[in-house]
Amino acid sequence: MADKPLRVLVGKVGLDGHDRGAKVVAQALRDAGMEVIYTGLRQTPEQIVEAALQEDVQVIGLSILSGAHMQLLPPVLEMLREQDSSDIIVVVGGIIPKEDVAYLKDNGVAEVFTPGSSTEEIISFINSKVEQNQ
Amino acid sequence: MSDQETKEKLLKAKKSWQEKVEKVVEKRPERKQFKLDSDLELKKTYDPLDLENFDYLEKLNWPGEYPFTRGIQPTMYRGRLWTMRQYAGFGSAEETNQRFRYLLDQGQTGLSVAFDLPTQIGYDSDHPLARGEVGKVGVAIDTLADMEILLENIPLDQVTTSMTINSPAAVLLAMYMAVAEKQGIALDKIGGTIQNDILKEYIARGTYIFPPRESMRIIVDIFSYAVENIPTWNTISISGYHIREAGSTAVQEVAFTLSNAIAYVEAALEAGLEVDQFAPRLSFFFNSHSNFFEEVAKFRAARRIWAKIMKERFGAKNPRSLMLRFHTQTAGSTLTAQQPDVNIMRVAFQALSAVLGGTQSLHTNSRDEALALPSEHSVLLALRTQQVIGYEIGSVDTVDPLGGSYFIETITDHIEEEVMRYIERIDEMGGAVEAIEKGFIQKEIQASAYKYQKEVESQERVVVGVNKFQTSGEQPMDLLKMDPATSQRQVERIKEVRLSRDQGNVSEALQDLRKAAQSDNNLMPHILKAVKAYATLGEICGVLRDVFGEYQQQITL
Repeated sequence: MADKPLRVLVGKVGLDGHDRGAKVVAQALRDAGMEVIYTGLRQTPEQIVEAALQEDVQVIGLSILSGAHMQLLPPVLEMLREQDSSDIIVVVGGIIPKEDVAYLKDNGVAEVFTPGSSTEEIISFINSKVEQNQ
Repeated sequence: MSDQETKEKLLKAKKSWQEKVEKVVEKRPERKQFKLDSDLELKKTYDPLDLENFDYLEKLNWPGEYPFTRGIQPTMYRGRLWTMRQYAGFGSAEETNQRFRYLLDQGQTGLSVAFDLPTQIGYDSDHPLARGEVGKVGVAIDTLADMEILLENIPLDQVTTSMTINSPAAVLLAMYMAVAEKQGIALDKIGGTIQNDILKEYIARGTYIFPPRESMRIIVDIFSYAVENIPTWNTISISGYHIREAGSTAVQEVAFTLSNAIAYVEAALEAGLEVDQFAPRLSFFFNSHSNFFEEVAKFRAARRIWAKIMKERFGAKNPRSLMLRFHTQTAGSTLTAQQPDVNIMRVAFQALSAVLGGTQSLHTNSRDEALALPSEHSVLLALRTQQVIGYEIGSVDTVDPLGGSYFIETITDHIEEEVMRYIERIDEMGGAVEAIEKGFIQKEIQASAYKYQKEVESQERVVVGVNKFQTSGEQPMDLLKMDPATSQRQVERIKEVRLSRDQGNVSEALQDLRKAAQSDNNLMPHILKAVKAYATLGEICGVLRDVFGEYQQQITL
């Protein structure tokens, strides 16, 4: 395990205003000892990547329930690759249909958490993924 | 027998019952502590001693009588059932128009329009921030041309229409009025509701544009314009729904909604309106969650509290000003992606509690909404659920059938007390706008949401199919697929409209609007003029953004 706490950016991408899930997850990650930066609403993919690099996070958690995930998530992954930052783990939460989950996972999203996921699952996924990367 | 003797007899009988119960519990302990979502610990049962000194006339009275605890009309559903109003909207105006006509054919009695996020935030479909969002969570409306298609062949004098639109509510209302005029329908013959409730957008829903005080000005402009011009329109739907979806308790839902309502009333009074001029057109929107009896009590308590506030605090005289009329939607956040058919049962119980609570209109969620926008078949099942409640099970045959129940009346009182405690705290902070600016309301809701999640994860709260009774392997469902070409077509249409309209008219209307925004003049006539000139929603909101500025979110975590 790393000595320093994990740094995680929790972000709302797009115009979607449903932030209950993002805030609950952010709080749970914080209670699990991680350092959490929450972006607030209405972030563009560019703003997410910029904040992630600036804050030097190891993990980005993106929440989206508006159905715009196929348009808004690939640019985030693309920009991370361009910035040589594909080592940042990207996890996604929201209402995401199965076939889109498969596509996103093929394109760099580490995991997608759909409704009913527990914060425990999310925390243990992040911890084990970070360990793997080290 | 005197009251005293009756009471002693009761106490004696209760004591001997309690002794028996203690023995039973010793042998067979109860499963857990039982409490309401709003944290009231529940007793084993309730009895006449819980309602000692209960003043029927003061607390309940008959239906249609102050304080309207039992309902706002004397005959309630014996006269007319609630309006069955399914919220719908996706893709283009054409597709949504088809869904509306399908629902009307199936016996739905009112329309409810869902707009996409760019429309709700005042961006045209070709704005960079609209990327990926056009037509997703609702229909895209950029100009009057889209509204004409949306309402084609729907007689606006025969249906009432609810529009879930807040920051740009004035613009969409103006478009609706313009279409009615084109259909040759007098404006005093159209009926419906705009949500127009900005305060809960800052708290819970997120589709704000302008800062709070400027937003309040627009809302008051709509109130005062409506008094003269569209007297039968509900100018606001003050919403607890999204506050509850964001994770609040039942008590918080009512408390924060009514605090917001108080802020609107005060803003209108400050602007010089008379309370009885606008208060009859205020309407409300609540959530119907899973704790069945608590929800019924919540609706009854909300009616009583509002009646008292309007009468005692604001001195309203018109009985219609005192009546809390409300729409209800079942709780989207309780729908599960696992075993989605089980959602049909959740929705049915939630809908029944809304009916037993005396709702004026109802939306029942569809079983597949934790997975996607609902399919036509799922929406039909949801509508049929309302029809079963209305026509088959006798739940509507007498008014307020749960009234007088020891339990229901006890928790109705409890909810009222707790709500008033919150309202007093918010008053002390200077009102809802200040409480929102301080982040107080947001933090309270967040704490409840987190607590709820922890209860689910510790299995203190059971969610069937999620943390108990899980099944492996999921049944496939036919989900609604969006047409990816919709967004492109919408972008083309707005471009065509921009080319075909009289640009001089548009510029002049927008210039007038700017001047009105910079002065105290009512914005509505200017917005109406701009809309009729086919100015786009983005252009109109753009002028207002320039003059009013934009809200910067208060991040509370």
